[in-house]
Amino acid sequence: MTAVDIEAATARMVEQLQPMLKRRPLMIGIHTGGVWVAERLHRLLDFQEPLGTLDISFYRDDFTRIGMNPQVRTSHLPVNVEERHIILVDDVLHTGRTIRAALNEIFDYGRPSSVMLACLIERGGRELPIEPQVVGEHIKLGKNQHVKLLGPEKLELRIQEANG
Amino acid sequence: MRQGLQFDDAGRLRHLLTIEGLSRQTILEILDTAESFLSVGEREIKKIPLLRGKTAVNLFFESSTRTRTTFEIAAKRLSADVINLNVSASSTSKGETLLDTIRNLEAMHTDLFVVRHNESGAAHLIARHVPPHVHIINAGDGRHAHPTQGLLDMFTIRRHKGAFEKLKVAIVGDILHSRVARSQIHALTALGVSELRVVAPKTLLPMAVEKLGVRPYADMEEGLDGVDVVMMLRLQRERMQGALIPSEQEYFNLYGLTPAKLACAAKDAIVMHPGPMNRGLEIDSTVADGPQSVILPQVTYGIAVRMAVMALIMGGSAEPAGGRR
Repeated sequence: MTAVDIEAATARMVEQLQPMLKRRPLMIGIHTGGVWVAERLHRLLDFQEPLGTLDISFYRDDFTRIGMNPQVRTSHLPVNVEERHIILVDDVLHTGRTIRAALNEIFDYGRPSSVMLACLIERGGRELPIEPQVVGEHIKLGKNQHVKLLGPEKLELRIQEANG
Repeated sequence: MRQGLQFDDAGRLRHLLTIEGLSRQTILEILDTAESFLSVGEREIKKIPLLRGKTAVNLFFESSTRTRTTFEIAAKRLSADVINLNVSASSTSKGETLLDTIRNLEAMHTDLFVVRHNESGAAHLIARHVPPHVHIINAGDGRHAHPTQGLLDMFTIRRHKGAFEKLKVAIVGDILHSRVARSQIHALTALGVSELRVVAPKTLLPMAVEKLGVRPYADMEEGLDGVDVVMMLRLQRERMQGALIPSEQEYFNLYGLTPAKLACAAKDAIVMHPGPMNRGLEIDSTVADGPQSVILPQVTYGIAVRMAVMALIMGGSAEPAGGRR
């Protein structure tokens, strides 16, 4: 059981993101945990343009296996992504499949100049060639361990052992 | 417990044949899913990859423009490949049976059939004979059911009027021949509207219509008094045998929705019609094109609702290769 200081991890992300602000990036959070993290970063870094949110349910690669998530939230990109630098924010980076889906969705809205990945927790276990530029904290977890961000008022990380 | 032909052993919706027997929860789940698909139609690229690689066949034994087109657009927005078959002009005229037609199309690895047929029960018959990975959506069978129309009507009502529990709803016109009315009645009773009325001459009401949980009215002004939603139906002259209405002019005088009759309903009542409209027969153009009409939004919502139904019945149905995760 690793105790992660969310405040400290967020502060590290803010620090790494500071130098990128001169390119006037847009921030986009991935539902649900990624949006919570993005909301904090968006506020701490004093972004002027509104935060975008993505629900990648329509772009998942396991739809034919597990079906529709009945609680799909609407993706909302209030500012045109065309020719913009994007900071894509998620809570936990694991296999990279969520990020793959998010990239596909963003490109259905337009062609950004660049996309940068920022995640609160990087836990290894990548199945795709996707790497984050900004990381709050690296943690090592076994294959049968799951990590979940709880929120939105107070962010808290829960690590669970999967049974069997 | 969920059961019947529409559900698999795990209780998941596999076909959509009728609204009868769907729980309030299932209906709301479909409406919620449709809500999230609505935004896809507003994007620059109106396409998402959910059903990529799937083949949908629109199998229409009866003519249709709106329903077939919206099913086609819905499937295409989900990235499925769509084939439109107007079968009345095809093999059946050469004597092939319905099931033979289906088996042949199935042999071409079709994943979804959207079926419209003039015989009640046609979609059920097909659903009973297809393997588990093939899905059926009833797009209208005889006088029986038109579930996606019923669902898109519920979606329209919820978007424009909010919670069902406090609404008074009147369905007006040719109830007898209308599969749309049957689907609407099943949906509205499952969702628990506060009052459900049907307004029609006795000759256009089914026997013992009260048993469906509706209150019949022969007088339109009485029937519309204070309602929040007016759902008009098309007078189905092509299905009428014998003299069920005195004359079209008299029908319009008694049951045509005019501004004067609409004034009996609540001030902010909405007017719906499944199309195609007979202007000047069941509805006056002033009303059809007026500020209370939501007839065109119904068409737009129809795409999102059909996307939701396709995604819900087809999701999670792949043979698990190497087990589920």
